[in-house]
Amino acid sequence: MALNLATDNKITWCPGCPNSQILVAFRQAVTEMVDTKELEIHNLVAGAGVGCHGKISDYLRVNTFNGLHGRIIPVLTGVKVANPKLTVVGFSGDGDSFSEGLSHVCHAAQRNSDISIFLHNNQTFALTTGQATTTSPVGFKGGTTPYGSVDEPWSPTLMMLASGATFVARTFASNIQMTKEVMQEAMRHKGFAFVDIIQPCITFFDTREFYTKRVKDLPKTYKPDDLNAAFAIAREPLDKKVHVGILYRTDKPSFEEKIA
Amino acid sequence: MNAGLSTLRTIAIGGAAGDGIREAGVNFSEFLSEIGFRTFSSFDYPSLIRGGHNYARITYGEDIVRADYRELDVLIAVNDDSVRKHLDELNENALVFVETTYAPNVGAISAQLIPLPMKQIAEEVGAPQVARTSSSLGAYGYVLGIPLDRLKEIAHTVFANVGSDINVQLVERGYRHVEELGLQQQPITLPNHGRTGGEVMDGNKAIAKGLLAAGLEAYVGYPMTPSTSTLQFLARAGKERGLKVIHPEDEIAVLNMAIGMAYAGKRAAVGTANGGVALMQETISMAGVSEVPCVILESMRMGPATGVATHTSQGDLLFTINVAHGEFPRFVVAPGDVEECFECAADAMNMAWKYQIPAIILSDKQLSESYMSVEIDEDSKGPDLGKRAEAPGSEYKRYAITDDGISPLAFPGTPEAVVKATSYEHIEEGDATEDPIIVKAQQDKRFRKLEGLYADFAWFPTVKTYGDLDADVAIIFWGSTKGAVLEAHKQLKTPAKLVQVLWMEPFDADRVKAELAGMRVVIDVEANHTAQLAALIRQKTSIEIHNKVLKYDAQPFTPTELAREINAFL
Repeated sequence: MALNLATDNKITWCPGCPNSQILVAFRQAVTEMVDTKELEIHNLVAGAGVGCHGKISDYLRVNTFNGLHGRIIPVLTGVKVANPKLTVVGFSGDGDSFSEGLSHVCHAAQRNSDISIFLHNNQTFALTTGQATTTSPVGFKGGTTPYGSVDEPWSPTLMMLASGATFVARTFASNIQMTKEVMQEAMRHKGFAFVDIIQPCITFFDTREFYTKRVKDLPKTYKPDDLNAAFAIAREPLDKKVHVGILYRTDKPSFEEKIA
Repeated sequence: MNAGLSTLRTIAIGGAAGDGIREAGVNFSEFLSEIGFRTFSSFDYPSLIRGGHNYARITYGEDIVRADYRELDVLIAVNDDSVRKHLDELNENALVFVETTYAPNVGAISAQLIPLPMKQIAEEVGAPQVARTSSSLGAYGYVLGIPLDRLKEIAHTVFANVGSDINVQLVERGYRHVEELGLQQQPITLPNHGRTGGEVMDGNKAIAKGLLAAGLEAYVGYPMTPSTSTLQFLARAGKERGLKVIHPEDEIAVLNMAIGMAYAGKRAAVGTANGGVALMQETISMAGVSEVPCVILESMRMGPATGVATHTSQGDLLFTINVAHGEFPRFVVAPGDVEECFECAADAMNMAWKYQIPAIILSDKQLSESYMSVEIDEDSKGPDLGKRAEAPGSEYKRYAITDDGISPLAFPGTPEAVVKATSYEHIEEGDATEDPIIVKAQQDKRFRKLEGLYADFAWFPTVKTYGDLDADVAIIFWGSTKGAVLEAHKQLKTPAKLVQVLWMEPFDADRVKAELAGMRVVIDVEANHTAQLAALIRQKTSIEIHNKVLKYDAQPFTPTELAREINAFL
């Protein structure tokens, strides 16, 4: 029987929203892994927080846990500790994990919990109709910053590298093929895997053109085992070019292994 | 009504933080329990690591002892400050053992002074100074007329876990020191029932044991007085049982992690103080709507905010039964002594899984960190696994609408089944909805669980009574106050029925009403400012209690003081 990962729920993202591209990438990633018997579908748990990204759990016919705003990551560590046979992934947003729930994503990276986090990074609080998050650029005009935001933005990949994540990647949502492949690598990775997915918000912060011009694959010669090289990529200012691909990958015992 | 009172004796051991005062209190309690006495001991300490004034206080007797008394028969003072602080608590003819160095400082203010060179003895024996109070155990053993050989035998048992040889030497040296001083012995009749007084255990450890008896598989906590010792006990003891014990970044992570575990099928519990529960509120609310079983040990200390961090309070009853936003059924139980800590913790775990609700064990510093000689039958409680889905398959619905409100459980990893949990209101399958008909139907489903809980009133001790059951005076109380109330009862002017409320939510209003019906006088005793139990009783039964004994100085009730206050109403 063909695997059907869709639910009957009506998709309520804005028509054309790149969230749908992330959804497609994930469904394809899982379908392929199930087809090759790399993954049994009942052993997959997909978590989500609160924000536009969080609706993804309603569109996936798999085990899901749709948690509180900013708090899905410790739930997923709990799931993995309880049953290490499960493949545990979590969808989160820049508001969800780099504003409200920052400590959890950093600590999950620190302890190398064997979960994969896919960050829908649209650089805005979209579901609450467009306010600045910690990844919004200086000057971002939104409901709470009508004269432009004054905070320097955080780089999620940089923070994850500094926090000890053992897999750090960045992709562009419109490149479904790459996002799919990186998601698969993240799920295969033992330990904390973090994928920063650039996901323009077509309604409140349309960066499609901005990123389409700047997104660039990592050089063919790039080796993701070099932490310094990864830091250098993560530090690059976004207004010049934005490298996508697997920035860093290393093998370390996972939290769940260490407390087994 | 004074039966038994005169046979009680109270010992206090005072010193600075870092002097091993808590350990000394436990050692004395275990020593007395080993002889066959029943003990109750409390430990008073400020929120610091070195210095300050710490004391342990132990009351013991042949029959069960439920609270320590303020009036001292023996004071062991590691420093002179301890003598000054406890001077007005000394009974006539009380013995005061004081570190020899300080004896001249306090000679003028204390008549029954026995210099005891605890520091010097420890140095001579080569023991760490933190163990130096062990020599006072020997000195007191001499006073009680216990032969040295027997005393050493007991000391070997008491110190079995911490290196008994050196401590037994300290005990012997303390014994010989006061023997050589020619101190007069005050032999007492030792219990001859041939048993020990029981295991010396604090409430936090009993709670851990109760959770374990009910099938605990994981415990998550962030250290916060007075809940920390449960976390530390389980962290150490859990290894051999395969228990997962985790201390994550904050209380919010703590409860979310435990909920993730329970969603995946593991029986998890968390522990914190009232301040930690404040941080957990949103997550408790999620447990309510997502119907993931969750168990929370909440040990109260004196608030508001950081408050009096290492001292007791019953200031969070109403906070706890109303905790978290939104409406959902929950279970809150307040044990009153160490044995009830065991039983209520097991019951809380089972209620959480039977009804898929948050269950809170409401303790406080006085209960969590006071020790009592108890005999706990760890086999008396077992796990209730809750309603499980039979052969869950592709049709499985995590939030199936049922008559009893309980949707059968399945866990991720079950072939064919899709298990969805969510913090949003949801359809039966577990996806979010805003459909008013479904919103109402799921709320109704969850609240139907209350019918089951109400039926459980018949099978669990929601309310307990003690004392003079035919009396027309009732004293009503909850939690750790039980100890002082039951001890104070020995000193009351008139017969009184003692009524303890254990189940706070749901509340057994009919039973409380029945116990208070026809009473000439009702007195409410609580360690808070606003008489929260009385408020709850008024809300649930319309009974207004006018007589209140309230204590909110962060100190626990002591029996004699409490008896005096109750007697004022009689």
